[in-house]
Amino acid sequence: MNRRDFLKNSITVIAGLAVPLSALELISPRKLLAQKGDESPVRWAFLVDTQACVGCGFCVKACKTENEIPHETNITRTWVERYVVTRKGKTYVDSPRGARDGFTTDRIDQGEEGYREVKAKDVEKAFFVPKLCNQCDNPACVQVCPVGATYQTPDGVVLVDRKHCIGCAYCIMACPYGVRSFNPAYKTAEKCTFCYHRISKGMKTACVDACPFGARKIGNLRDPDDPVTKTIMSGRVGVLKEQYGTKPQVYYLALSREVK
Amino acid sequence: MVHGEAWTLKELFVYPNEYIYWTIQIVMYPFMTGLVAGAFVLSSLYHVFGIKQLKDIARFSLVFSFALLPVAMIPLQLHLQHPERGIEVMLTPHFTSAIAAFGIAFSTYGMIVASELWFVYRRHFVETALALREKRDKTIPERGRQLLFSALTLGAWDISEQALAKDERAVKIMATAGIPVACLLHGYAGFIFGSVKANALWTTPLMPFIFICSAVVSGIALCVLSYIVTMEVRKLMVAWRRKSDPSLPTPDEIRTVEMYEVTMTAKYLVLALLAALGLELLDLLFRDYAKFSSWEIVRSLIYGKDFVNVFVIQYGIGNLVPLALFLLPRLTVRRAVVATLLVLMGVFMMRWNLVIGGQAFSASFSGYMHYELPIIPHDIETFKEGLLGALLVGVLPFIFFWGLNKIFPVFKCEDTH
Ligand code: SF4
Ligand code: SF4
Repeated sequence: MNRRDFLKNSITVIAGLAVPLSALELISPRKLLAQKGDESPVRWAFLVDTQACVGCGFCVKACKTENEIPHETNITRTWVERYVVTRKGKTYVDSPRGARDGFTTDRIDQGEEGYREVKAKDVEKAFFVPKLCNQCDNPACVQVCPVGATYQTPDGVVLVDRKHCIGCAYCIMACPYGVRSFNPAYKTAEKCTFCYHRISKGMKTACVDACPFGARKIGNLRDPDDPVTKTIMSGRVGVLKEQYGTKPQVYYLALSREVK
Repeated sequence: MVHGEAWTLKELFVYPNEYIYWTIQIVMYPFMTGLVAGAFVLSSLYHVFGIKQLKDIARFSLVFSFALLPVAMIPLQLHLQHPERGIEVMLTPHFTSAIAAFGIAFSTYGMIVASELWFVYRRHFVETALALREKRDKTIPERGRQLLFSALTLGAWDISEQALAKDERAVKIMATAGIPVACLLHGYAGFIFGSVKANALWTTPLMPFIFICSAVVSGIALCVLSYIVTMEVRKLMVAWRRKSDPSLPTPDEIRTVEMYEVTMTAKYLVLALLAALGLELLDLLFRDYAKFSSWEIVRSLIYGKDFVNVFVIQYGIGNLVPLALFLLPRLTVRRAVVATLLVLMGVFMMRWNLVIGGQAFSASFSGYMHYELPIIPHDIETFKEGLLGALLVGVLPFIFFWGLNKIFPVFKCEDTH
């Protein structure tokens, strides 16, 4: 242990010891250490290649089946957005039913405003962007949960404890990415878990397996040999809404500035 | 159907999972806590600063704020998807959450109000219990009352001069301690919203202060209004009873609305209203000047879609008109009633525009959501989070107040005779 580490650890320990005195579990030393990243050999991260995505929606369907979100309900743990940018610089976005059935028409779904027709010759560029929970390193949703029902695992995935969630929706308000909703059956906060039940058994997530074009990949950031990690470290990747300070861990290849 | 779908309309691009999740009950929540805090601050004006003219209204608002207290948490409870777990907020609070402080702020405040009430009414408890004890051939309800009042004395039967002087000192301490706690109770309600960085409309450090000022405004308005109404109703009742028993005092002999109490209180109301308005305008000005990335959509909402709600109903009819009504010379009871009603409406609209307005645009900043208040309920959800649920929450404090008035008579016994 060098001097720097020694100082770091001492501060951790002192902070950790001071707090239990007040009986409030604000910072537990274990958690602090975990955040230093010395404990878990795994930190899950996701890589989306927006250039590979064709908007087929197979991932959305697979996710709904895997995670028992009824197909007919209008919530989804993951979805695909379509962006159409015209030559005049206008951007139109839609994601009908989260793109559960892909994009079956050229017309753009504008909700109550109806559909918008954009002529092919007016289109400057168009692309698809899959979205899911960013499993933020600094998750706003975890911070605001009044009962601690939303929590972060040591390997970086944010989960909801369905037995404790009181259904206040504060986490839904706090997430800048709009990924959260309520599960219609459990009436508790619902979100993408990176298929935690699968990845912790060595499988890939349902959406990664379902994507025929390799637009979705999951990897372990703590493993330098993981191909996903290599791309994230050395490639030109972007993340969504960095300005909120949530430190999102879903990385995007070829992210366009129009993406919200 | 998923939660929120029943009353949300989407326009342009809105993320698939976005709905109006915080509905009318979350409008009622800060509105009701605001009334609690405001009513208490008003009653403290008398006890702490010794503003003698406010004696009647102070006693009234203290009891009223106690009646409002249980109601302040009902909206929170009604909007939970798992109301049976609501108590967990107090049992297993997660302290990084603003809502987790609710249990602490709320119970501290509740205890302060309860003990202040006790000191104010201890003499009344003792006297009532003693009077009942003297009485022969008591009926069963009278026995019940005797038991109740004896219990309420908590064994402190001493009502000598010194003991009462001590009570008075205790009241003063409680009232003083209560002011910051009342501000905390409501300021933190503001913090619940102000700290949501993901919401472009809510996130501002001014929010707790805006909340406190508007709380005082609404609390005072409600107290003045209820005071006037109860006094007038009493007058009518006396007139009506006198028909059968002419020996009762005439309506002119009993005490009615004391105009100087109303004028005096109105002054504090105006001050708080000006402070609230100033803060809100400062916030608006700052946003317009700083032009954050969210400003475009917030602007389109405030100056466009919600213009009538914000500028006409809230600021115009809800703030400026009552301000003028209060400031014009020779305030009358009738004008005070109109003005306080408008002020209450204005504060309610402020909560509405904040809570519903904050969810009226998508986090993608490219689409809007409209909230359609469920009026006729077709299931428990549309009842709880619809017009009826809100009305229920609005009516309850008056029912509680009516009940409490039997134990803590707001109008002193000698007044009624
Ligand atoms: S994306 Fe939203 S729900 Fe997911 S961890 Fe981040 S803040 Fe929480
Ligand atoms: S809805 Fe559930 S998970 Fe979300 S903040 Fe409330 S209690 Fe926590």
